[in-house]
Amino acid sequence: MSNGIRIQDYLSDTKLVQSRLIAASIFVLLLCGVLLWRLFDLQIAQNLRFDTLSQENRIRLMPLPPVRGQIYDRHGVPLAQNLPVYAIEIQPDRIDDMEATLDVVSRMVTLSDEELVQFRKALRTRPRFEAQVLKSGLSDEEVARFSANQHLVDGVELTARLRRYYPHDGEMVHVVGYVGRISEDDLGRIDRAAYRGTDYIGKLGVEERYENELLGEVGYEEVETNAHGKIVRVVSSKKSVAGKDLFLSIDAGLQMAAREYLGDFKGAVVAVEPATGSVLAFASNPIYDPNPFVEGISSRDYQALRQDPDRPLLNRALNGRYAPGSTIKPFFAMGALDNGVDPARTTYCPGYFTLPGSSRQYRCWRREGHGAMNLHDAIVRSCDVYFYQLARALGIEKLSEAMLRFGLGRTTGIDLSGEPSGLAPTPEWKQNSRGEVWYPGETISAGIGQGYTLVTPLQLAMATATIANRGKRMLPRIVDHARDASTGTPDYVEPQVLEQVDADSPDHYRRVVDAMTDVLHGERGTARGSARGAEYRYAGKTGTAQVIGIAQGERYDEDAIAEQFRDHALFIAFAPVDDPKIAVAVIAENGGGGSRTAAPIARKVMDYYLIGPPEAVENPDEA
Amino acid sequence: MRLERAFRMDAPLFLGLLALGGLSLVVLYSAGNQDVDLLYRQSFRLLIGLAVMGVLARISPETFTRWTPFIYGFGMACLVLVLVVGIVGKGAQRWLDLGVVQFQPAEIMKLGVPMMVAWWLTRNPLPPGWRDLGLAVLIIGAPTMLVVLQPDLGTAVLIAAAGVLVILLAGLSWRLIVILAGAAGALAPVGWLFLHEYQQRRILTLFDPWSDPLGAGYHTIQSIIAVGSGGLSGKGWLNGSQSHLDFIPERGTDFIFAVFAEEFGFYGGIGMIALYIFLVGRGLYISFYAQGTYTRLVAGSLSLTFFLYVFVNIGMVSGIVPVVGVPLPLVSYGGTSMVTLMAGFGILMSIHSHKKLMPK
Repeated sequence: MSNGIRIQDYLSDTKLVQSRLIAASIFVLLLCGVLLWRLFDLQIAQNLRFDTLSQENRIRLMPLPPVRGQIYDRHGVPLAQNLPVYAIEIQPDRIDDMEATLDVVSRMVTLSDEELVQFRKALRTRPRFEAQVLKSGLSDEEVARFSANQHLVDGVELTARLRRYYPHDGEMVHVVGYVGRISEDDLGRIDRAAYRGTDYIGKLGVEERYENELLGEVGYEEVETNAHGKIVRVVSSKKSVAGKDLFLSIDAGLQMAAREYLGDFKGAVVAVEPATGSVLAFASNPIYDPNPFVEGISSRDYQALRQDPDRPLLNRALNGRYAPGSTIKPFFAMGALDNGVDPARTTYCPGYFTLPGSSRQYRCWRREGHGAMNLHDAIVRSCDVYFYQLARALGIEKLSEAMLRFGLGRTTGIDLSGEPSGLAPTPEWKQNSRGEVWYPGETISAGIGQGYTLVTPLQLAMATATIANRGKRMLPRIVDHARDASTGTPDYVEPQVLEQVDADSPDHYRRVVDAMTDVLHGERGTARGSARGAEYRYAGKTGTAQVIGIAQGERYDEDAIAEQFRDHALFIAFAPVDDPKIAVAVIAENGGGGSRTAAPIARKVMDYYLIGPPEAVENPDEA
Repeated sequence: MRLERAFRMDAPLFLGLLALGGLSLVVLYSAGNQDVDLLYRQSFRLLIGLAVMGVLARISPETFTRWTPFIYGFGMACLVLVLVVGIVGKGAQRWLDLGVVQFQPAEIMKLGVPMMVAWWLTRNPLPPGWRDLGLAVLIIGAPTMLVVLQPDLGTAVLIAAAGVLVILLAGLSWRLIVILAGAAGALAPVGWLFLHEYQQRRILTLFDPWSDPLGAGYHTIQSIIAVGSGGLSGKGWLNGSQSHLDFIPERGTDFIFAVFAEEFGFYGGIGMIALYIFLVGRGLYISFYAQGTYTRLVAGSLSLTFFLYVFVNIGMVSGIVPVVGVPLPLVSYGGTSMVTLMAGFGILMSIHSHKKLMPK
């Protein structure tokens, strides 16, 4: 393009845009005219009318914030309540001698220096007709003393408002979550009108997910005020509608017992009802107290929680991602049967496995080997070599598919926010996320639930429930029903079947469930010790997941390894075998072996649920 | 003149902005119930804004031209990031609002979109052909949709408006403008169905606020009463009864003009609007005499967008525009938008102060 044309273009462009700018300027002036005309109309032409209206403007709208719905467990044990908090407020323009009044009040309630400083600051900066808080959070005694003597101090009033309270300290925090003050961030995405007069909003857990149900509807009170804005009488009102009460499927007693059974182990216990997908226990250890979060936790306390090496803020049941270890084996067995593997065919286990053309040994947990193993025995005795061989035969794509079918390595869809998917690894995934090729050895590790494979305790429990259901995969749910506070009408969250896994093969389920039953009740089952004396028959699978790699030719020696590098102990189970009422997944971080640590915990949880709480368990709420 | 040469500042714009900032502090003192802390914070924001303006004014327009695609790309990347992280961030983090400077990518796009559209359209002679128009619509539409998803409808509309203004300035044929306006009018009923119920109510009550005096019309009515009762010369500073008895919602932010009009009356209103016309006029003047089509389009769009904010806010307060969350530029308290607006003025100053003797 030659320069001449460019300059010509430039000149024509300039003329065009300049003409548009002139048009825009005219438009701007026109719109300013509209604004000025409107202001003239309101302020000059109709001034008399609006002046009168403003003089008589004594009717004000006061928001009546709704009462937030409460949260209960399946037996009606309260998990989140609203408790009244009393405060003393003073309206400065009704007080003649402020110092004398403060003196009188201080004889009824204890006033700290900080409270006085805050109050005096408010006196200086806020208008005199506005009531200011002098002290909040009065004790019952102070409330009583003040009420008895209130007539001595005109213009000083006792007010009550509701504050969220979580009665079990931290026991339910990983399910219920908490509310907190509405932040700038929240303001941007909520309908502010709906939150007029409301100070709190759900931040985490059920409180966050069911915010719309819990909130309720704001009401208004039309009040007449005097010239100073003080309320004289109420003209009319539209009542607020209380938020719905939520009843969870959680059994609070069971959940607290489950956490107690974990003892000092960090980890999670998830128990579900297979038939409905109802979550019975959703314990994550350790816990933290949500109550300080309601009014805003101090940044120092929050930093302490964040930096705690035990990571109490982590909801392990929902967000903890673990290698499933041998608990994956029943699901791979299902995949094997589905792909036509003959369950009677045996693999010889000499205690290790090698890939052809490689000297690397993949060890079985039993160093001396299991001998000839068929599918049944390989599950019962948790033979690694059998599953190495199986993994090699099926290939990683089939293994991944077998996991995903049972909901392992993908979100379960539970009614809590922030659920991770975990990982059912494939070569494609590795290529995309790491830019590396898949090695055959990684398929072998995946065969026993090691390597890249990651699942959450919730996924494990739901997958176990799917086997218990013989293929019916349910949507897990925390909330059982909402109850309208005024009418009492319950609104149930219907159980929802996600899919039928391998529905045409009852025979496959029979084989795998038989093997899982023999894990506990068979002569050579890996967890037979923990089933001793059980009043019901149950099915399960142990798992032990490596936290650190053991070098070739080295032995795993628990005593020689620092605690945080010890193996994670896992166990999945459902009971009773023929009429499953409960499915459980237990993960005890650094707990060592699954049979020794995790299986007894699961047994206690099932005993509690199927037989009843042992006497030793203290449970004041159900007493 | 020395100011202009040393800092590449434009004296009329600079003085106009200072006047507006000062006026903001005066009104805020009243609207915020004489809260001095509030004034400190507002002054602090103003100073940050002025600093940003000063820095941008020293950057040459050629640099802005060159950087336009990167600014736009960076803004888009941030918008996508916000959507992704916004979902993950739903945890214990949210409550931690320690007042750290928050960064809103949507704000970048208030400048990035008009710059990018101008950059794209000036690659070929104006008026733009169909192909360039189509791409311009994409340049505007993509970030707009991302902001709608956040969801922040108000900001999305403002971003789109800034981009569309560039297209209009670039010589979109009048016939097409009329046709599109007609089509928009015809499609409005369809859009209506996509609005939230509370948004529909806000628009309905615009036509007759007294139809629901204690519900959706309440804010509008109280705001109109405040403005109307101000009369010719107002009730006097700190004496607005409507404002001080808490009848005006969000009186420090979106409805600050109601406080101003009640206390300073019609004269005050004329004065403030005149100040805005002066700023917008100066911006359009800079645009008119800009060197280069890109800078002309950007300067024009920035000036007109600024006016749009003013019109929508005052129109909303006086009851001729639906209640949307648009603050009165540079007068309303706070908002991340203050820095963006000042950045816009910085670009205007840069365009004006870097003119060369010879046309290129």
